[in-house]
Amino acid sequence: MKVKIGAFLGGLVFGVGLAIGGMTQPAKIVGFFDFFGSWDPSLAFVMGGALVVYTPVYRWAIRTWQRPIWAPAFSLPTRSDIDWRLVLGSGIFGIGWGLGGYCPGPAFTSVGAGSREALIFGLAMLAGVGAYQVLMRVREGRAGGPSDRPAATVIDG
Amino acid sequence: MESFTPIASTIGGVLIGVAAAGLLMFHGRIAGISGIAGGIFRRQAGDTEWRVMFLVGLFAAGVVWHYFRPMDYRVEIDRSTLALVIAGLAVGIGTQLGSGCTSGHGVCGIGRLSKRSTVATVSFMVTAAITVLVVNEVLGGSI
Repeated sequence: MKVKIGAFLGGLVFGVGLAIGGMTQPAKIVGFFDFFGSWDPSLAFVMGGALVVYTPVYRWAIRTWQRPIWAPAFSLPTRSDIDWRLVLGSGIFGIGWGLGGYCPGPAFTSVGAGSREALIFGLAMLAGVGAYQVLMRVREGRAGGPSDRPAATVIDG
Repeated sequence: MESFTPIASTIGGVLIGVAAAGLLMFHGRIAGISGIAGGIFRRQAGDTEWRVMFLVGLFAAGVVWHYFRPMDYRVEIDRSTLALVIAGLAVGIGTQLGSGCTSGHGVCGIGRLSKRSTVATVSFMVTAAITVLVVNEVLGGSI
């Protein structure tokens, strides 16, 4: 129960942070990338603010804790190789981000805020996520095990 | 530059960092929204509930915060339904193929000093900038 409430509170704080930071306003996202128009550097401050908190906490927790408070072990990405999936997939994501003005977190929370644009975008996004994951599951099933180790078992973020 | 919000954006970023740090300290998990969502479709025993609850929390934040500050959810860009659908599909498929999004790679990954996440972040920043350049300068800001 505490794990579920904790995850809910995490999502709640994350969502409020996205809204205060301006991530739920597609015009601000497009503005960050609009170097030839009226450039809005706000997005860099959102990432900077998050990194200032997260980076030291991560280093401290990983070095000094045996395990997280509610789980038997940390579940962290282990890969360090750069492959075509990483670069191509991230590139495709960037096209969608620039086109729609939403990345996944702001899309979810803006649906809660009643945004029609976020709902259309979010349903298409979920369809994309679901189609990819179901396809990977089918491929693994046929091969009798994880045939696609990188995409299947390890998610960086 | 008239819409530049350095103070609010830093405060928002700090809250995102606190939530991500909490998820790491209590659950031992990376707060990557696309990874959290993608994992739901994989249906591994005991792994689904925290993911659903995190996303419910995100949704609830939108419901509650919109009540106080609806202006934080203004869209103000001109996008057709078709453009939004294509954008959503690209974000859905791209984040799964690339194992992460702005939160997982851009915040948690760079925070972990991960080379993979740094490369991913550069990749999606570059293509987002090119996309915005094409939409704004070639298509006149409307698609």
